[in-house]
Amino acid sequence: MSGAAEGAGIARRRLLMAAPLAGAGLAGVAFWRMLSGMSRGSFDPHDIHAPVLNRPVPDFALPDQAPGQGFGAADLRALTAPVLVNFFASWCIPCVAEMPALNLLKARLPIWGIAYKDKPEDAAGFVRRAGNPYTRIASDLPGLTAIDWGVSGVPESYLIGPGGVIRWHNAAALDDGTIRDTLLPLAAGLRR
Amino acid sequence: MRRLAFALAVLSILSPLAAAAVDDPSEMLPDPRQEARAEAIGSQLRCLVCQNESIEDSSAGLARDLRHVVRQHVLKGETNRQVIDWMVGRYGNFIRLRPPLTVGTALLWAMPVLALLVGGIVAALSFRRRPAPAPLSDAERARLTDLTEAR
Repeated sequence: MSGAAEGAGIARRRLLMAAPLAGAGLAGVAFWRMLSGMSRGSFDPHDIHAPVLNRPVPDFALPDQAPGQGFGAADLRALTAPVLVNFFASWCIPCVAEMPALNLLKARLPIWGIAYKDKPEDAAGFVRRAGNPYTRIASDLPGLTAIDWGVSGVPESYLIGPGGVIRWHNAAALDDGTIRDTLLPLAAGLRR
Repeated sequence: MRRLAFALAVLSILSPLAAAAVDDPSEMLPDPRQEARAEAIGSQLRCLVCQNESIEDSSAGLARDLRHVVRQHVLKGETNRQVIDWMVGRYGNFIRLRPPLTVGTALLWAMPVLALLVGGIVAALSFRRRPAPAPLSDAERARLTDLTEAR
């Protein structure tokens, strides 16, 4: 009788001892996952989760940016295949860094560019020097269209699905890993 | 000490520059009451570039654009609520310096109480007196006497 009660007491004490340890272990695993996500690039604490996902692109119509033809919301809503919309500026260093990746990507996914708060001649020179990955380029000199899209800084990219619906948002320079592992599979899924 | 004095001197020179962001008269609305409302709205909106400053305090380009947008909406006669909702529609609740009550924030605020509650339950369980052991049977008592006598 007393043996059983004592056994139950010991079991409960062990449980009470184990609970904080398990809690600490759980917190450790969560922290490790966060850190590894940050190093892999799948978790970014500075990422502002845009509420525009799975919503149609906002209304806008932008003028041409040399050497391309401008576009507006109507052009994106008329799409039947995915397109990447990339906000860039000649004054932005990460935009320079992502250009090689964009130039490789353009063969697999059309990219439409929007020059954000950039003088038309500066943006044209930038595209000429970096190699032009854009099928169409528009100019957003006042930067107000970008606010409608929820852009908080260049470069930012949006994957637009058929019908002009925003399917993916990346608020950083695109790199080969993100393009291969995230963007292209998503785009392939939208083509079907 | 001298270094501190130097830092204070530099700060006293720089602080009027930092405050100048909102004081550009060309940005302000002509009607002082509308301008006051725009400032009240803007002081509740986070600058997405600096992240811990309001758009009224920040000198970032995006903050200036957002101030301009706020003033345009105020001119159109929108309420504070409508302007803030417009911003939240584009940047999410992150743009609000005072976060709204959602499941996530409610959990965050309730966390101290919850932790205290869980801790209290755990403490109560561990401090609860275990039931007194059953009295010895006759055989046990006899054996105990045997053992103590033998010593």
